[in-house]
Amino acid sequence: MAVIAIERMGLLSVVCVSLFFSSTFAVDRGNFKTCDQSAFCKRQRALKPGQSPYRALLETLELSDSRLTLQLINDNNKVHLLLELYRLQGNMTRVKINELKPLRPRFEVPDVLIAEPPTEPLSVLSKDDNGVVLSLGAKNQRLIVSARPFRLDIMQGPEVLLSLNSRGLLAFEHLRLHKDTQAQPDGAEVKESVDGDQQQDEGEKDEDGESDKEEDGLWEETFKSHTDTKPNGPTSISLDFSLPGVEHVYGIPEHADDLKLKTTDGGDPYRLYNLDVFQYELYNPMALYGSIPVMLAHNTQRTMGIFWLNAAETWVDISSNTAGKTVFGKMLDFVQGSSEKPQTDVRWISESGIIDVFIMLGPKPSDVFSQYASLTGTQSFPPLASLGYHQCRWNYNDQEDVKSVDQGFDQHDIPYDFIWLDIEHADGKRYFTWDPHKFPQPKEMLQGLMDKRRKMVAIVDPHIRVDSGYKIHNEITSKDFYVKNKDGRNYEGWCWPGNSGYPDFTKPEMRAWWSSMFAYDQYEGSMENLFTWNDMNEPSVFNGPEVTMHKDALHGKWEHRDIHNIYGLYVQMATAEGQTQRSGGVERPFVLTRAFFAGSQRFGAVWTGDNAAEWGHLKISIPMCLSLGLVGVSFCGADVGGFFKNPSTELLVRWYQTGAYQPFFRAHAHLDTTRREPWLFGPENTALIREVIRQRYALLPYWYQLLYQAHKTGMPVMRPLWVDYPKDTATFTIDDEFLIGSDLLVHPVTEEGSRGVTAYLPGAGEVWYDVHTFQKHNGAQNLYIPVTLSSIPVFQRGGSIIPRKDRVRRSSACMENDPYTLYVALSPKKFAEGELYIDDGHSLNYDTKKEFIHRSLTFANNALTSSNLCPDCNFLTSSWIEKVLILGASKPSKVLLKMDGKETPVDFEFDTSMSVLTLRKPGMNAGADWTLLLQ
Amino acid sequence: MTCLHLLLTLVFAVSLGTPVEIQRPRGVPLTKKPFYEENKPFTCLDGSRTIPFDRVNDDYCDCKDGSDEPGTAACPNGSFHCTNAGYRPMFIPSSRINDGICDCCDTTDEYNSGAKCENTCKELGLKERDVLQKMAEITKEGFLLKQQLIEEAKKGREEKQGKVTDMQENKKQLEEKVEALRTVKETAEQPEKEAKERHLKAWEEQKAAIRLEKDKAKMAEAFLELDDNADGFVSVSELQSHAELDPDADGTLTETEVQGLMGGAAQVDTSTFESVWTNIKDKYHSESQPEEPAPVETPPEEVKEPVVDNDSEPFPEDDISEEEDEDEDDEDDYHEDDDKVLPTVKTPEKSHEDGEAMLPYDPDTQTLIDAAQKARDDFEDSEKALREMDDQIRNIEKELSFDFGPDAEFTYLYSQCYELTTSEYIYRLCPFNRVSQKPKYGGSETNLGTWGSWSGPENNKYLVMKYEHGTGCWQGPNRSTTVKLTCGKETVVTSTSEPSRCEYLMEFTTPAVCQEPANMDLLPHGHEEL
Repeated sequence: MAVIAIERMGLLSVVCVSLFFSSTFAVDRGNFKTCDQSAFCKRQRALKPGQSPYRALLETLELSDSRLTLQLINDNNKVHLLLELYRLQGNMTRVKINELKPLRPRFEVPDVLIAEPPTEPLSVLSKDDNGVVLSLGAKNQRLIVSARPFRLDIMQGPEVLLSLNSRGLLAFEHLRLHKDTQAQPDGAEVKESVDGDQQQDEGEKDEDGESDKEEDGLWEETFKSHTDTKPNGPTSISLDFSLPGVEHVYGIPEHADDLKLKTTDGGDPYRLYNLDVFQYELYNPMALYGSIPVMLAHNTQRTMGIFWLNAAETWVDISSNTAGKTVFGKMLDFVQGSSEKPQTDVRWISESGIIDVFIMLGPKPSDVFSQYASLTGTQSFPPLASLGYHQCRWNYNDQEDVKSVDQGFDQHDIPYDFIWLDIEHADGKRYFTWDPHKFPQPKEMLQGLMDKRRKMVAIVDPHIRVDSGYKIHNEITSKDFYVKNKDGRNYEGWCWPGNSGYPDFTKPEMRAWWSSMFAYDQYEGSMENLFTWNDMNEPSVFNGPEVTMHKDALHGKWEHRDIHNIYGLYVQMATAEGQTQRSGGVERPFVLTRAFFAGSQRFGAVWTGDNAAEWGHLKISIPMCLSLGLVGVSFCGADVGGFFKNPSTELLVRWYQTGAYQPFFRAHAHLDTTRREPWLFGPENTALIREVIRQRYALLPYWYQLLYQAHKTGMPVMRPLWVDYPKDTATFTIDDEFLIGSDLLVHPVTEEGSRGVTAYLPGAGEVWYDVHTFQKHNGAQNLYIPVTLSSIPVFQRGGSIIPRKDRVRRSSACMENDPYTLYVALSPKKFAEGELYIDDGHSLNYDTKKEFIHRSLTFANNALTSSNLCPDCNFLTSSWIEKVLILGASKPSKVLLKMDGKETPVDFEFDTSMSVLTLRKPGMNAGADWTLLLQ
Repeated sequence: MTCLHLLLTLVFAVSLGTPVEIQRPRGVPLTKKPFYEENKPFTCLDGSRTIPFDRVNDDYCDCKDGSDEPGTAACPNGSFHCTNAGYRPMFIPSSRINDGICDCCDTTDEYNSGAKCENTCKELGLKERDVLQKMAEITKEGFLLKQQLIEEAKKGREEKQGKVTDMQENKKQLEEKVEALRTVKETAEQPEKEAKERHLKAWEEQKAAIRLEKDKAKMAEAFLELDDNADGFVSVSELQSHAELDPDADGTLTETEVQGLMGGAAQVDTSTFESVWTNIKDKYHSESQPEEPAPVETPPEEVKEPVVDNDSEPFPEDDISEEEDEDEDDEDDYHEDDDKVLPTVKTPEKSHEDGEAMLPYDPDTQTLIDAAQKARDDFEDSEKALREMDDQIRNIEKELSFDFGPDAEFTYLYSQCYELTTSEYIYRLCPFNRVSQKPKYGGSETNLGTWGSWSGPENNKYLVMKYEHGTGCWQGPNRSTTVKLTCGKETVVTSTSEPSRCEYLMEFTTPAVCQEPANMDLLPHGHEEL
């Protein structure tokens, strides 16, 4: 409506003129800092590799059972650091470096680790003047501390797995008094500006000349019109890691970039700083909405991980000695036996806090996942319905609109589980309220959805309208829960409602209060089928520096600078907790977030933010979610259709086909776009979209089981191929196809007008079955697949069993008691295995009361057997097995069902052309023990 | 048709007390019962295979077309038939059987889900009959109204066509008249022109003679004045006393300069002074007479403001009748006419030269002028009449060119406007013209689109109007409006919404879309049977 336009116009003209006035469709890069514009990054990056000024003072070594401490000294400025080393359970090493005696405490990130990580004893194997050798337990793993210069090496046998400070880039800007700088404007202070200054030898010459420049940004820096007063002065830290034998590193989301991280020589480092980037660009290292400072390193021998626990603005440089080499060059090296081993060097730089690094030593990919999960927790186990299809738009205009969209799905026989309301649903963007004209009867609306066994999500953003007539604002004010500006007054910034306050989610009391606001008697108009979406929680501040909060804003005694990247995590944490609480701790929450940090996986789903209706954005959704999956966040998705702009019909159909095979499956659209409910593009396209949404629903049992697995083990749901084929180098850079679990391989069509795609089917000696035709293909080949608009190439791995519910209904809840069909895809050795997980789909009873069914399904020796993986679990299901399809089978003469000591014959059909054996209605309960014998 | 079916079903239900349960597999409609013969092998309805009868509705899908499981959810493409006694029978997708949601009002779809469904068929039937009856009434009345509209439109059209034909005829006559009057005018103007020229020539001659006389007198006077010593000659020194005659205006009139003025002569007599006079007369100041006063500016002619009489509306917003648009048209016409009239306002020919007015035309000339003027006026009047007629014809032809529906039933909407006031805006639909939106409490009007085309479904495009190219949206498309037409007795805008940004949807009822009730005659029979 025009009024919105006026309101928005007004808001925008005041608020984010520069953001929105670019007429071309691209990010306005000028709004965001490059490394050069971020004073600490510039200072740190000016340091080049060389001899480290740090020395380990071995005489200070103290070793307790689980902890080794040692002082380091910077020979340039004599500042002492304290190094702590821990050997953690599960093949991890923790390295902490802080100032020995900091002027003030430095920030250490709380609430990310699920517990203080359990340690294992460290023992000194040998020690001399040059260093110490520690044992990292079995496997011949050692940690070597070299004293002069200081460095750490982790070895296995004769091999160096990983080195720290091997390039001498450890740099620790110690806390200091501002007057020191004024008293000593030159010489020593300049040298100190980055404590690990390498250029001490030549430094003498440069110092005087550079002193003014180098001081820039130490105590104050200005970006565009925003000045960051830095009352604590320079506080940045840096450390380098060398990874011999590694050519592939992954992770550190969120970036709109390829799966395999690129070297950053000659460009900006990858940046981790949660930002609301308007119309983000693809294939560059700019920061986006979330940050997970975890990097994975992989080669055919080993997978390792580096977890840099720091919530301040962080930059990551990557260089490689093979980066410049062509494949041919590498082959030449190989043939000629070139001595140079490939190596990747990584350098982390953060603006404040301490160095706190977890080195996860694998060695298998699954080990790294469980190692990381043991530190930060696993993916929350979502309600089953949230794995269904989500229909979102900014905005569904009113209750009538919601109702007619809901009816539209039934009229067109398309299943969906959630309909979403964006910011316009609230009364004047006052979250927790409803627009009295458009949504006068929210409970009536929610009840209408409940009658259809469907659900709703309403947005609750963390910016709070400053309005004395608004309960939430008044309570936060009276409880003094707002973030403060540097002068101690409530921090205010512009966001959707206009002038807004930002609750201090780092305060546990604030989070507890926020959680209590989701109680049914507090959140008026809410019901048990209403869930929540946290947007803008970077936090987004339209008139703030880089569209976010001023770094000198205060969260209690800590600066926003220290906590920035974890703010969004806290918002989702408090919201999810509120949802759990409102049900008395019985029901699982569902909360979607845009900003995230390490550990966010524990609180719900993540989406890739405000993408665009462009083919490139469809394509990038794959590496973006793969990268998130590698570092714990499995429940990931991109806005289907693209948020900004209008997709072509072809793009929309292709996006549904892709999104249906990604974990979080939600269509979303900007206010300015034309309507795009699935039935608005003609009957043919409606049918294509319906078909792929139905495929999604049929596979819900598999998705659910994978989310359970992710929740239990940390294994990603949507995976790069190399996770399951770690020795197949051909898989290392693939990011246009992916695995769902281990058993489904998806190669979405992401090119306009595509007539065919080439999918790589991994696994020498393995086979893959086209899930649509049951055609069998050999592994370890590039397979060309002709495609039409209806094609979504998906393959089931030979050797797997996937349970499906082929009776697709209008929502997942309606399918609760439906029977299963087992798709048994035989390996060349006529073997297959899989699992089946069943619970009530929504409560926490699986956890608190062990109310679930978890079964192992194995096909071996011509017998398919279901056995109990959790004998002490109790859950009754009325679901049964209606059909078993065995792909790659030969025709039996007889099929018998063995159950409860009885044998009964089972009808079957055999399709000779595709070698598919169909067992008709064996009929056993899905929770029972049984065996089907093929004779 | 629907009405009839409904009533017949009701008849069964009422007359037999309870609906008869005819034995057939669950979910099979009566019409398909013959295909499901108990104890005989069942052949899938697509003929793809034959299965034992005990596999019908055994909760396992055997037929590709889903026909073996009409009563279970086993087949993805099956459908379930509910009888819904008391209401309308219907088919639902098999996936809605036992899904915990009551779809059939007779509850038959939820026979095994535990959903607590109540039989609401009777209620629904009553309600629907009520609605249908009302609809039928509306349709009936609407259709009658439509007939009137068609009739009126037909008449109106004929009238207009007749009018156009008449006007075309009149126009021809007018054109002839214009031509005739042009000839008359030209014929009258020729003698007028000649007489005027004659008169002017005579006057010019007379004027020249007078001027010459005056000059001569002046010269003589000057000579006398200059001839200080009254010797009958004007000498160099005598002339030199008149400093104003200085040719180079340097302030001094030198002797040489004076000689130059005098053509080299030392003195001139009255006869030779003539040539000197020519040289000096423009500058010469009489010694006796004061300088001529500057001519007093005469007040400019009062320009007559064109008075536009446009029946100015006392209630501009309230009156939304057709006149308004016409008024606007008329207004334009007035302006046009004024523009054309203004320059032809006659100003009597004047000559300010020497302050002397031309002599009045002699009576003969004046007669010729009057005759010509009348011819001119007559011609212009007729030409104006022709223009007006052209405009009228054009307007009517434009109206006639609109697609007002197969029977011109939408004609009556032309040049009408209909409003709907919501909580924030006043929406205004002027069919075949434009749609607009105006804030209720002040603010300017926004164009939501001008008439584009009929754009209903293929079978009846007259159910939807499309208005396009409205005011542009910020960062968006130009506004446009889709108007959905439904049958109603009254012509009203019933709702507006904006489903997509800047794409408006309007619901509009009009008798013009009311369909002929299919079997109006049969209805009473149905009742009679009761």
